[in-house]
Amino acid sequence: MTASTGVSTSRNNSDGRSNDDALLLVDNLSVGFPTEDGVVHAVRGVSYTLRPREVLGIVGESGSGKSVTSMAVMGLLPKSAQVSGSVRFRNDELLGLSESALAKFRGEHLAMIFQDPMSSLNPVYTVGWQIAEALRAHHDMSKDAAMTRAVELLTTVGIPRAKERANNYPHEFSGGMRQRAVIAIAMANDPDVIIADEPTTALDVTVQAQVLDTLTTARHETGAAMVLITHDLGVVAGQADRVLVMYAGKPVEIGSVDDIFYTPRMPYTLGLLGSLPRLDAGDAERLTPIVGSPPSLINLPPGCPFAPRCPIRQPICDVEEPELRPTTSATHVAACHFSEQLEGKSPADLFQTSVADDVLPEDAGESEQQDRVVRGEETAEQVPGGGQS
Amino acid sequence: MNSRHGGRLQDARGRAGTHAEQTEEVSSPNAPVQGMALERELVEAPDREFTVAARSQWSMVSRRFLRHKLAMISFFVFVAVVLLAFVGGSLWHYNYQGFTNDYSVAPSLKHPFGTDSSSHDMFAQVLRGTQRSLEIALFVALVSTAIGTAYGAIAGYFRGVSDSIMMRIVDLFLTFPVIAVAAILGDQLGPKANGWLWIAIVLAALTWPYVSRVVRGVTLSIREKEYIEAARALGATNRRIIARHVVPNVIGPVIVTVTILVATAILAETALSFIGFGVKAPDTSLGLLVFDGQTAVETRPWLFYFPGFFIIVIALSINFIGDGLRDALDPTQTRVRA
Amino acid sequence: MLAYAIRRLLISIPIIIISTFIVFLLVTYSGDPLANLRVKQPIPPPQVFAKYRHQFRLDQPVLERYWHWITGVVHGDFGPSVEGGGTLNIGHELGHRLIVSARLVVAAMVIAAILAVVVGVVSAMKQYSIPDYAFTFTGFLFLSMPLFWFAVLLKEGAIWLNRNAGTSLATIGDSSPTVGAGTWAHFTDAVNHLVLPTIALAMTSYAAWSRFNRASMLEVLSSDYIRLARAKGLSRRRVLVRHALRTALIPFVTVTALDMAAILGATIITERVFQWRGMGTFLLDGITNLDVYVVLAWLLVAALVVIIFNLIADLLYGVLDPRIRYE
Ligand SMILES: Nc1ncnc2c1ncn2[C@@H]1O[C@H](COP(=O)(O)OP(=O)(O)OP(=O)(O)O)[C@@H](O)[C@H]1O
Ligand code: SF4
Ligand SMILES: [Mg+2]
Repeated sequence: MTASTGVSTSRNNSDGRSNDDALLLVDNLSVGFPTEDGVVHAVRGVSYTLRPREVLGIVGESGSGKSVTSMAVMGLLPKSAQVSGSVRFRNDELLGLSESALAKFRGEHLAMIFQDPMSSLNPVYTVGWQIAEALRAHHDMSKDAAMTRAVELLTTVGIPRAKERANNYPHEFSGGMRQRAVIAIAMANDPDVIIADEPTTALDVTVQAQVLDTLTTARHETGAAMVLITHDLGVVAGQADRVLVMYAGKPVEIGSVDDIFYTPRMPYTLGLLGSLPRLDAGDAERLTPIVGSPPSLINLPPGCPFAPRCPIRQPICDVEEPELRPTTSATHVAACHFSEQLEGKSPADLFQTSVADDVLPEDAGESEQQDRVVRGEETAEQVPGGGQS
Repeated sequence: MNSRHGGRLQDARGRAGTHAEQTEEVSSPNAPVQGMALERELVEAPDREFTVAARSQWSMVSRRFLRHKLAMISFFVFVAVVLLAFVGGSLWHYNYQGFTNDYSVAPSLKHPFGTDSSSHDMFAQVLRGTQRSLEIALFVALVSTAIGTAYGAIAGYFRGVSDSIMMRIVDLFLTFPVIAVAAILGDQLGPKANGWLWIAIVLAALTWPYVSRVVRGVTLSIREKEYIEAARALGATNRRIIARHVVPNVIGPVIVTVTILVATAILAETALSFIGFGVKAPDTSLGLLVFDGQTAVETRPWLFYFPGFFIIVIALSINFIGDGLRDALDPTQTRVRA
Repeated sequence: MLAYAIRRLLISIPIIIISTFIVFLLVTYSGDPLANLRVKQPIPPPQVFAKYRHQFRLDQPVLERYWHWITGVVHGDFGPSVEGGGTLNIGHELGHRLIVSARLVVAAMVIAAILAVVVGVVSAMKQYSIPDYAFTFTGFLFLSMPLFWFAVLLKEGAIWLNRNAGTSLATIGDSSPTVGAGTWAHFTDAVNHLVLPTIALAMTSYAAWSRFNRASMLEVLSSDYIRLARAKGLSRRRVLVRHALRTALIPFVTVTALDMAAILGATIITERVFQWRGMGTFLLDGITNLDVYVVLAWLLVAALVVIIFNLIADLLYGVLDPRIRYE
C-alpha cells in the first residue's frame, strides 16, 4: 500500500524495515518511572521507523505506553524518567539533548498535539497570541506578521471569522475549536513530523470527524509525516499507512494496515479487531471482547505479558517473552510464539463472543473501548478519502 | 498571631490536589492490579461500594503516612512532648511554683533548664507552661474544627442563599485580626478563674471561620462529583449523602486542618500571653515564660531559649505531621525516589 | 470593571457598618472604661465620674452611642480618649501612627512577596534538590517559630553586633528622637529603624507564601499547557516566565490579601517587641487603659484596610485572569 515495503539492504530496524531515508527512527526506546512502589516500566523497547509523509498509527489499551513513547520522542517526560534507547530525527540523536538543544527541533521539525484540548492552551493568553508565539519561536518575524499568519492558520484549520476569534481566550473556544487551535500551532512551522496523541478522544462524537478532517488538512498543508495515536482501530483504518500495536509498553505487532486488519499474527491484535463492530458483517458477527486487564508495569512477571488473557497460551508463554519476528512478510512482524497458528483465524475463533449489552462484569474497561470503536468506525466513514485499500 | 494564618488554612484546601510531581496517569485505575480488583468489587457489590473504596483508601493513606519519615519522627516527638508535659511534670521533683534556694543558676543536672531570679526551677516551669499551652491549643483545634466543619459542610452542601449569608458572616470574622480581638477580650477574661479556658474559648470562637472556609470549599467540589449526582438520582436522602459521601471525603482535609490549627493556636496563645493579654501569673504558659525571659537573653539565656525551643518543637512537629498527612491523603501524589 | 469596582465598594459599606457595630458592642460590653478610675487612690469625687460618664456617653443607650460614634467618625471625630486626661485627639494620633505602621507593613510585605516568589519558583523547578529541601525546612521552621521569639532574638543579636562589631543598628523605636536636620538624615534614620522589624514581620509571611508559591508553581509546571509550550520549541526561560510564572502568580494575589488581617495582627507583636509608636502599640495601650474609642478606631482602620486590600486583590485577579468576567 505504501512505498515503504521495499526490501532492505542496510541495517534493519526491528520492525523489519530499512533505516535508510527514515525521517524519524526510534530504536529500542525504554522508559521507566521510579515510584514508591518500584520502577514503572512504562515503555519497554519500542522501535519504529517513520518515512516522509507516512502515517503510522499506534493503537493499544489505556496505559500501554502510547503517550509516554511520544513524550519520550519529544523529550517532554519529567526529569525523574529513566529513558534509554535511541530517537533519531534524520541524522540527529535526540535522546540526551539539553532542553535548549531540543527546543530547536520542537515545533520546527517535530510537533505534537495532545490528548486533552481543554487544558492544552494557556488560559491567560489569546489563541492568536499563542499561535504567533509558536511562529516567532523559530522565525525572525514581527509580532504583526506573526499575528497575520496566525489568523491564516486559524482559517486553514476551519475556525470561522478567524480574525476576530484570534483575539479570544481559550475558554471562549469550544473543545473542538481548541483542538483545531492546537493543530494550528502544530502546523505553524511546517514541521516534518506531527505526533498526534489521541487528538479526538476527549471530544464529542460529532466533532471528532471534523477534527480528524482538520488533521488530514494539516498533514497535506505541511507535508508532514504523522504518528497517530489512538484507542480505536476505526480511525487507524481511515488514516494510517502502517500500524503499531502496543501492549504493556511493547510493540506486539507492526505491519501495514492490510497486514494488521486482514492477516493479524498476534492474539491481542485479533482481540482488538474482535471488539470492533464490522458494518459489513451485520448482526451475524458478534463482538468478542478481551477478558481481563493489562498487567502491572511494576515487577512484570517473565514470559509473554499477554499470557494471562491469551486464549492460545502454552506453557512456554509463561517462561519466555516472545521477540518481534517477521510473519507474512519481512515488514510485518509480531511478538508471539504461536503466530503461525493464527493463520486464517477470526476473532470469534479465539475469544468468547458477547454483545454490547451483555458484557461480563470484568470488562467494564473494554465495553467503554467498544463504544469508542463504534464511534471511530462512523468517523472513518465520514472522512473523505479515509477508506483503505 | 501572625500572617501564617489565612494562607496556611487556605493551603490545606488548595494543596490537597496540588502536589503535582507526578502525572495523573499514575493513578489511572488500570495501572496497579489492585485498582482492577477494586473495580470488580464495585461491580459485584454495588451496595458496599463506599465501604470497600473507603477501606482500601484509608489503608493506603496510613501506609503512605507511615512511610513519611519526617512525619513519623515528628509524631513520636510530639507524643514525647505531650507525655513529658502531662506526666513528666507531676513526677519531677520540683513544683513549678516552688522555690528552690538556687537563684539564677545555669542548667545543671539538678536544674536541667536552670532557675530564674526567684529560684523557680525552669524545667518544672517549662513543663507546666507546655501543659497549659498544649491544653489551650488542643481545645482550640478540636472546638473550632467541630464548629467550622459543621458550618462549612452545611453552607457548602445547601449552597444558594443560606450559603451566601453564612459565608458573609465568615467574611465578617475574617476582617479582624485574631490577635487584636483576642487581646481585647483576653484582657478582661485572662485574669478570671480558669483564665486559660476563657482564652481557649476566645481563640476557638475566632478561628472556626477559617476551618469553615476550607470545609465549604471541599464540600462544594464533592457535591459536583458524579457519584453524588447519581446517588441523588437514585433517591438518596440528604442525610444519607452527607453521611456516606460528603463526610468521608471531607475528613482528609479536616484532619490536615486540625494539625494546622494546633500549630496556629499554640503560636496564637503564646503570642497573646507574650503581649500580656493571655494566660496570666500565677498560671503560666510558654509565651509568658518567653516574655519573662526576654530581658535575660544575654545574662541568663536559658530563661529565654528553653521555652522558645519548646514552642518551636511543638509547632514544627505538628506542622510536619500535617504535611505528612497531606501527602498521604493526596491521591495524585506518588513521590519519586530521588 | 469600573462598575464592578464601584458596586463592590458599595457592598463594602454595609459590611463595614455591621462589622463596626459588632465591634462596638464587643468593646462596650468587654469592660468598664471607668474601672481604672475606680481603683485610683484617693477615690476621685463623684463629679469626676459623672464628667467622664458624660464625656464617654455612658449615660446614653448603646444604639445612640454607636450612632454618635459612627457619625463622628465620618466627620473626622473619633471620640474622646482617656489619655492625657481626655485631651488626646484620636484622629490626629491615628494619622501619625498609621504612617509609621504602614512603612513597616509595606516594606515587610514587599520583601516577603519577592522572597516567596523567588524561593517558590526555585524550589518547584529544582524539586527534591538540596536547595529545595533547605528552603522547605527553613520554611517550616519559620512557620513554627513564634514571631515574638524571633523578634527578640533579632533584637538581642543586633545589640550584640552593635557592641562587638561596631554596627549601629537601631533596635528600639520607629525613629530617633535626636536626629539631625535634613530629609536625608530623617530618611536614613527611618530605614535604620525599619531593618529589624521588617525582617521579623516579613519572615512569617514569607514562610507561608513560599510554600504556597512552590505548590502552585509545581501544579502549573505539570500542566498540559506548559507541555504544549515546551512542545512549541520555546526557550526554557520563556516557558518559565511567560507561561508558568504568569499563571502561577494569579492565586498568590488572593493569598496576600487574605493574609492582610493576620499581618496586621503580627504588626502588633512586632511593634511591641521593638517598642514602636505605631498602630499596634496604640491598640495595646488602648486596651490596657480601657480607652474604648482608641480600640474602636483601631478596629475600624483594620477592617477598612482588610476590605480595601481584598477589593484590590479581586480587581487584580480579574486583570490577571481573563477567565474572570465582571459584569
Ligand atoms: N510520570 C509517571 N510516573 C509513573 N508512571 C507513569 C508516569 N507517566 C506514565 N506512567 C505510567 O506509564 C504507563 C503508560 O502510560 P501512557 O500514558 O503512555 O498510556 P497510554 O497508552 O497513553 O494510555 P491512554 O490511552 O490512557 O492515554 C501507565 O501505566 C502510567 O501509569
Ligand atoms: S506468546 Fe503465548 S501468550 Fe503471548 S500472545 Fe502468543 S500465544 Fe499468547
Ligand atoms: Mg495517552
